Amino acid sequence: MRISLEINGERREADVWEGESLLYVLRERLGLPGSKNACEQGECGSCSVFLDGTLVCACLVLGVQADGHEVVTVEGLAEGDSLHPVQEAFVETGAVQCGFCTPGLVVAAVDLLQRRPQPSDDEIREALSGNLCRCTGYQKIFDAVRAAAG
Amino acid sequence: MSTTTPSRVLPRTRLELGRVGETARRSDGVPKVAGEFAYSSDLVAAGMLWGHTLRSPHAHARILSIDVSEAVGMAGVHAVLTHEDVPGEKTYGLEFPDQPVLAIDRVRYFGEPVAVVAADHPEQARRAAERIRVEYEPLEPVVDAGRATESESLHPAGVTSGHGYLDDPRPNVLRSIVIRHGDPDAAGDVSVEGEYELGIQDQAFLGPESGLAVPDGEGGVDIYVATQWLHVDRNQVAPCLALEPEQVRIHLAGVGGAFGGREDLSMQLHSALLALHTERPVKMVYNREESFVGHVHRHPARIWMEHRARRDGKLVCVHVRILLDGGAYASSSTAVIANASCFACGPYSVDNALIEGSVVYTNNPPCGAMRGFGAVQVCFAHEAQMDKVARALDIDPVELRLLNALKPGDMLPTGQVVTGAMPVAEVIRRCAELEPPPAEELPRDAIRLPGGAGNTTRGEGIRRGEGFALGFKNICYSEGFDDFCAARVKLRADGGAEIHCAAAEVGQGVTNVILQVARTELGMDDVVLAPGTTATVGSSGSSSASRMTWMAAGAVRDACRAALAEREAKGGGEVDVERVYRHPRTTPLEPETGQVTGERAHVAFACSAMKVVAEVDVELGLTRVVWIGTAQDVGKAINPQAVEGQIEGGTAQGLGLALMEEILTRDGRILNPNFTDYLIPTALDMPPVQSVLVEDPEPDAPYGLKGVGEPPTVVSTAAIVAALRDATGRELARVPVRPDDIVGL
Repeated sequence: MRISLEINGERREADVWEGESLLYVLRERLGLPGSKNACEQGECGSCSVFLDGTLVCACLVLGVQADGHEVVTVEGLAEGDSLHPVQEAFVETGAVQCGFCTPGLVVAAVDLLQRRPQPSDDEIREALSGNLCRCTGYQKIFDAVRAAAG
Repeated sequence: MSTTTPSRVLPRTRLELGRVGETARRSDGVPKVAGEFAYSSDLVAAGMLWGHTLRSPHAHARILSIDVSEAVGMAGVHAVLTHEDVPGEKTYGLEFPDQPVLAIDRVRYFGEPVAVVAADHPEQARRAAERIRVEYEPLEPVVDAGRATESESLHPAGVTSGHGYLDDPRPNVLRSIVIRHGDPDAAGDVSVEGEYELGIQDQAFLGPESGLAVPDGEGGVDIYVATQWLHVDRNQVAPCLALEPEQVRIHLAGVGGAFGGREDLSMQLHSALLALHTERPVKMVYNREESFVGHVHRHPARIWMEHRARRDGKLVCVHVRILLDGGAYASSSTAVIANASCFACGPYSVDNALIEGSVVYTNNPPCGAMRGFGAVQVCFAHEAQMDKVARALDIDPVELRLLNALKPGDMLPTGQVVTGAMPVAEVIRRCAELEPPPAEELPRDAIRLPGGAGNTTRGEGIRRGEGFALGFKNICYSEGFDDFCAARVKLRADGGAEIHCAAAEVGQGVTNVILQVARTELGMDDVVLAPGTTATVGSSGSSSASRMTWMAAGAVRDACRAALAEREAKGGGEVDVERVYRHPRTTPLEPETGQVTGERAHVAFACSAMKVVAEVDVELGLTRVVWIGTAQDVGKAINPQAVEGQIEGGTAQGLGLALMEEILTRDGRILNPNFTDYLIPTALDMPPVQSVLVEDPEPDAPYGLKGVGEPPTVVSTAAIVAALRDATGRELARVPVRPDDIVGL
């Protein structure tokens, strides 16, 4: 069926099979592979996006459920040529290694800082505990969030 | 082929243009944070089909028949292929070609590939695979490694014979090794022994196996894939496709982590078969469940050790028996058992030893390379033993380790004399100096209790413990392997430089190493690294064995110097040179005694010490690692921030093995192939890690560097469990430690 949704501020349409997840639709139908396919069952957070402003795993939302809604993905965080401060902090602090978890963690960190502009270390750890990273041991990701919080 | 290109840049600063020894911003950092980095699962091509693999539901069965007729006729299906469609060699393997491209008449593990399908949509491919009728005759699986040598042979005899290994005619033995050193009958004043066991650990890289195969229209194929070694993939793929190596070009797509799990082939051959058959590009992407059967794992191990020591603490003699379960196919098992055996005594000076190791075939999941490569398993055992010796002699465990610390000039159990940097005592001292934080008071926020946000208790059952451990392993390949790395440098007339090197960037940061070395050697900032491919440069060898930084730095350094010399000789203009770097030669071990046959069987060694504070809730059986301090022998840190990243990440993987990570099997079938049931450490599980980089230059290595990826993983499991033993008083001889191992004290 045909769905229509607003992605990163732009109206987009796609013909989808009803069984496809929003993640599949973003990656394979709409040319937005930034949201990642690490577990596709809601355990790793690599596909985190905003759906009407709420942080969700795109793999747990059907494409058809997003029909008529607003989605913001990692590709929509930068403003023109300027990276989002969270993205910039991830690069500066060494929070990126293989980077497969990075889009989801960046989106989750943006969500945290919107809710809690000055989070404590425990709040950072809890907020990011739904995002698995296998490379970094999380230390430099915490550094990045602290740096972005300023 | 479409790949994305970064549209945004951060301002170029000194941070980005760092040279050897400086923290330099990752060159792939911006595209990765922007979601614009093209991983192997992100690739698309016009007219692309989706591939899917039908896998065995049995760990051991005879295949009586395969009927693809119904699947072939389904809507959207373009090809259904079995072993009969493999045009060339029917089997392949990283070191021994014992693994069928697609199962022929037998399956030997749960999840073994049997047939592949290409269809317009991945769901069509999945559904078509379900309609392939495979008639199996289930056979009794061999699942107990201890009984594999008394069971029916799972492979034709002699798969690994003729490689200079100890002759062991028992069925299912992949390799046995004996290291006999000094007088194994030497007695000490005290003797302690123990039996240890480790479960199967998964690499659990986040980017699943995936890639895109594109037929070139002339019978050849281009494969874009996440791998650790482009050229060894090509050398396995081409014979099975009945193609010349030049007709198969492997290109590095973005790699979502590796940790050893991408050394063996996964979907490379299958996608290429489908692409050549359909004459269309074919993309394959495993889901997480398939990934768990799509790559080899860390070998589960049973280890027995006896340590004899003098009253003053000096080790006299060590006896070791190691049994690794290699699973259904050989992969790199024969090298893993050699590593486990060679490093079984740890970084200690031991004059007398008898070490016996075996790795066997079973019908369990195939095992091969994972970060630490055999040294992880024995470190868990030898460090538990060192603590037992310390207790038996009432010596401080750190003092005992200092007393026995290996140093340059000492002889290893293989008879090899340590010639390079080996600052074991310094590493011990620097780690021991680190001060853990004071014990936290109760009550406290539930997030800071064992069990965390579960909010089950107020912490009444908490006990605190401190552990210390030391580990080491080899750097680079061993036992006479001809290990080399090529790099090519083009100096353009406009003054810029382009580097070609096939070293696989798997997240560890070798791209930055290459660029930092090139900027240093060429004395310029305008240096770019071309995409990794087999098409334009020779082999780099594998991103494994803590070797890639050493090898790539050596090759790029040599190529840069040669390019500058050539340009000077020519008096300017364009230059294009390729150089091959080799580390010092190694030689095999003598098969009967396990002693070196030349100067060295291993190139170099790196060690790491770790101190851990942990809390255990003995009512809940739950743990919380509070703090980790570590000192590591890094030779020379090429990029200090990246080295810290390796230490922190490698420590997390060892924490996973200590506390939560285990692939569970029943009759060879994996019971927990997902991140709901196979747990890896989260942001709540990892404590702060304080790391000290000990820089003692390695004389044989470029810039004095050592590989840094593996030592933290080798030592951290041992160090964490030592802290749990201190907290509980229990022996905890098996990892991962389970709640019922510590509850109810």
